[in-house]
Order: sequence, then C-alpha cells, then structure tokens
Amino acid sequence: MWFKKDKAPRAPRDPRTSSSIQEGLFLKCEECKETLFAREVERNRRVCPKCGYHFRLPADERLRLLFDDERYDIRFADVKPTDPLKFKDTKKYRDRLREYEVKTGRSDAILAATGAIDGRKTVVAVMDYAFMGGSMGSVVGEVLARSAELALAEKCPLVVVTSSGGARMQEGILSLMQMAKVSAALGRLGAARLPYVAILTDPTTGGVTASFAMLGDATLAEPKALIGFAGPRVIEQTIRQTLPEGFQRSEFLLEHGFVDLVVTRHELKAALANVLMLLSPAA
Amino acid sequence: MASDANFEEPLRRIRERISELEGYPESPQRAREIGKQREKLDKLAEEIYRKLSPWQKTLVARHPSRPFCLDYVRLLTTDFVEWHGDRAFGDDPAIVAGFAVFGKRVVAIVGHQKGRDTKEKIRRNFGMPRPEGYRKALRIMKLAEKFQRPVLSFIDTQGAYPGLDSEERGVAEAIARNLLVMSQLRVPIIATVIGEGGSGGALGIGVADTVLMLEHSVYSVISPEGCAAILWKDQARAQEAAEAMRVTAADCKALGVADEVVAEPPGGAHADPVATIDNVGRALRVHLDRLAPMPVDALLEGRYNKFRRMGAFA
Ligand SMILES: [Zn+2]
Repeated sequence: MWFKKDKAPRAPRDPRTSSSIQEGLFLKCEECKETLFAREVERNRRVCPKCGYHFRLPADERLRLLFDDERYDIRFADVKPTDPLKFKDTKKYRDRLREYEVKTGRSDAILAATGAIDGRKTVVAVMDYAFMGGSMGSVVGEVLARSAELALAEKCPLVVVTSSGGARMQEGILSLMQMAKVSAALGRLGAARLPYVAILTDPTTGGVTASFAMLGDATLAEPKALIGFAGPRVIEQTIRQTLPEGFQRSEFLLEHGFVDLVVTRHELKAALANVLMLLSPAA
Repeated sequence: MASDANFEEPLRRIRERISELEGYPESPQRAREIGKQREKLDKLAEEIYRKLSPWQKTLVARHPSRPFCLDYVRLLTTDFVEWHGDRAFGDDPAIVAGFAVFGKRVVAIVGHQKGRDTKEKIRRNFGMPRPEGYRKALRIMKLAEKFQRPVLSFIDTQGAYPGLDSEERGVAEAIARNLLVMSQLRVPIIATVIGEGGSGGALGIGVADTVLMLEHSVYSVISPEGCAAILWKDQARAQEAAEAMRVTAADCKALGVADEVVAEPPGGAHADPVATIDNVGRALRVHLDRLAPMPVDALLEGRYNKFRRMGAFA
C-alpha cells in the first residue's frame, strides 16, 4: 500500500525501470521519496512538484509538449517490425513484439511527426522507452533515416528526442547497422546546413548514444538523465569500483563537454525554439 | 556443450604426433608417416572447420594466435609509418593508424590491435579502444582524404572500453563522429573484419564502401555473453545467443552487412596466418582496383545507399 512506511530493503536503483509512473492514484518519487498524487504529477508534465525529478514522458506527450497548440501529423507509422533472424531467447521475438504492441499501443519504439515549433516547420522523432526499453532495431533506424530525409526535402530542422537502452539484440547485426544508417542520413542533413537538435532524456545509452544522440548541432538534456555508452553496471563490473554520485548524468556530461544545455521539461520547448531560431537560415 | 570449446583437440593430437615424428631420425618410413599424418590433419581440419557452430566461430575469431592488424600491415605493405595520438588527450595503443605502401598505392591504415603476450595485451587494453583511439583513427582518415589515399580498416575488437575514463571523455561521441565522417569521407574505404567485430566499438571504424569478413570472423551487436546475460539471465547460454544473433560471416553476408567472405585455410587463420593474410591481400587489391577509379560522388552515393538499405521491416 502506498502509505506503508517500513518496507523491505530496496534493491539498488535500476535506471532502466525505476522512473516510470506506476498505475494508480498515488506514486512515489524516485528522488525525494515523497508520495504524490499521480494526477498532479501528470498535470505537471510528469515532473515531481516537490523536487523537480523528471519521470519518463511517453512519446505522444512529448510531441504535445513540443509542437505548437499540441498539433502535429504522425509520419511513417506504416513502418512495422519484422523478425529477420527468427530470433528466440526465452521467448520468441515475434511474441515479444506483440506483447509490447498490446502494452503500449505502438508497433515500435519510435514516433515521428511534423508540425510547427514557434511557427517553424519541424520534423520531430521521439523514442519511446516503454516499448522494449526504447531499443533500436530496423524500424527505429528506418523512421529516423526517413525523418532526416524528410527534413532535408522540406528544408526544415530535425529534432530527435532519445530514450533508449541501445541497439535491439533481437535484430542482431542489423540493429548495429542502424547506427551507421542514421548517422549517414544526419550527415546529409548537415551538409545542407539544416539544423539537427538532439534532446537526451532518461535513459540514453549504448548504440543510440554512440550515434545520433551525440551528433546534434545542439544537444539538450533533461536534468539528471542517465546518458552514456556502457551502462553503469557494466562499467562497475569492468573497473571493479563503485561509480561516483552523478556519473553519466546530464550535469556530468555538461561538465565534461558533451551536452550544451540542461533544461527542465517546463523550459524545454522555449529553449528548443530559441536554438532552432538561432541555427535556421534567415527567413 | 562444454566439449564445444574442445573442437581443436583432435587436431592438436595429430599436430603433436607430427612433431614427435619429426624428432625421429630421417627414414623413408618417417617421411611416409609424416605425409600421412599431414594429409589426415588437413582433411580433419577441413571437416571440423566446415561445421563450426556460431559460438565455435566466436572462439576462433578470438583465438590468441590469429593474425592481428599489424601482422597484415607487416606482410601486405612496405614503408609503414605509424601515426600516434589524437591531438587532444593522448595516444591509444588499442587502435593503430598510419600510412603504408600497398601494391602500387599509398593507403591509410586504421585498425584495432590486440596484444600477443600479457604485457602487450595490457598495453593495448585487449584491443578495447578509448575515445582517443577513435579520434586518432578519425584524424588519419581526414589526412587520407586530404592526401587522396584510400583507407583500409581492420576490425578486431570485443568492443570499445567500458571504463570510467572512456565515458568521461566521450567514447560514444567519438564513435558517433566517426560514423558520420566516414559516411562522407571522399576517398574509398574498405573495412575487413579479421577477428571480432564487437558492436559499436567495431563499427566505429567500420563504415565503408566494401565490408569484407574473414570466414571465421564474427560481427555482432553485443557479445554472445552479454546477450545471454541480458536475455537468458545467464552468461553461460552464450552458445545459444551466438546462434540466435547470427554472428557469423556467412550470416552477415546473407543479411547484407558483409559484401564478401574471405576464405581461411583449413584449421582457421591461426593455423596458417600467411595464407590467410595473402587471401585478404588479394581481396583488398581487387576491391581497391574497382573503387579507386570511381568518381567521388558515385562512391559516396553508393556508400550511403549501402547502409541506407540495411534493416528489415514491413
Ligand atoms: Zn520528488
């Protein structure tokens, strides 16, 4: 029960699963441990009203947050996953895909849309962590490449909001190659002097970080988002040390020169619109 | 399945028998027996290596006696000069880079480099690059573009180094930058997977016009052990993971990721490094001759489309 004070000892915080809002009337903030009204958190763009902790934002809410009047057209929704390797671990990949489709109402971990941001036509693609940990397989790569090509054709900026555990193992080497595919498409966009802005949200790791997440002309990040190549547990196993507090968080990346701007969700749209204005060709 | 790793045992026994025979005084019988054993060895090696499982191929790809990048450089090129450092932080011995003469051309070389003995392994960080390695490779590739030299890349790493310093200095950014710049580099690039193609750390020098893979090399999105640990919650299920992920050269060719599989001699590259390196050299020459005369725009268009097509969706 939500009001129960003494609980079993907590397992170490798992950044992959910890910050989703549980179903129900109340929820507990990961950061300040306050019990909060779920409705109140939702109304606050899923930011803790007590401490400012950023819960994960579903992809469609992100689109509403960024586009003017919450209006946009979904693009490339017809790109659907297949099972090129006939992959099976403890479960068949096909079954896993179906489960997530039922759970999220989406067929893969990305949502792309066009609309206006402060009146400026923009292509926005948002990864959805709720779908298989936001993992990048062929669909994510294809939608991102098409988004970049669309921005190129429309001569408008591209914005990608990342949230991903990395490449999707179930599509094997094809997932890895999406890193090259998307990066090449961004290269073409850049060659045409069209802005690409990356917005990094919790968590952004693995092959997503090692490709388009780190290629922004401007790189924005939400506060305290986990951003890295290797996951913290892998690093701890490698170096046999506990990682320092705040390691691989947005503020850490800002300090080390890999992020331009850490902005709260409430300031995100204004900051993005400003950056787009500064980088876009004069009207 | 523990015997999976022991597939070389019968070969080792015959090799031992041959060196034993070679210790005997010369005689027609000795010569005959050695000849017979050699024939048996070749036949058995051919048979065993033809049927290697994906996991066994992973083990072969990691074999400590397999030729490494610098072995290819030594045998295939002359006048090699190694360049050092990324001009920002340091030099990473896990990646070697430089220029050399290959046939009638000067080429740029970038490649992962593992170590042979313990000291060398540690110095080269087991072939796991830090950001400086990728940035050094990038520097040399930009030089190659400036001086119009094709790039030969040799891939052989279990992955980029997952360490604290590596993260701090932005290994993800270093790999990402290479992917983008390589996709636009205005000279031919040929990448050859000579051993382990371990995820982003491999791809970080792997965007190319032509991707070759040695017959028993592997290329994967995550190591079989890593995949098993996550999906099966048991690292020991690596054999199944290797199978499921389809990590072999033949699989990568079928999936459109590798353009050509370069044959290894019976018993694998480590059984006959010189023959292996020769095979790679021949393939590199053929592809360089094909790519070098291409107009740059056609080259870049081809490279873009090659990666653009990768993936499977409905
Ligand atoms: Zn809070």
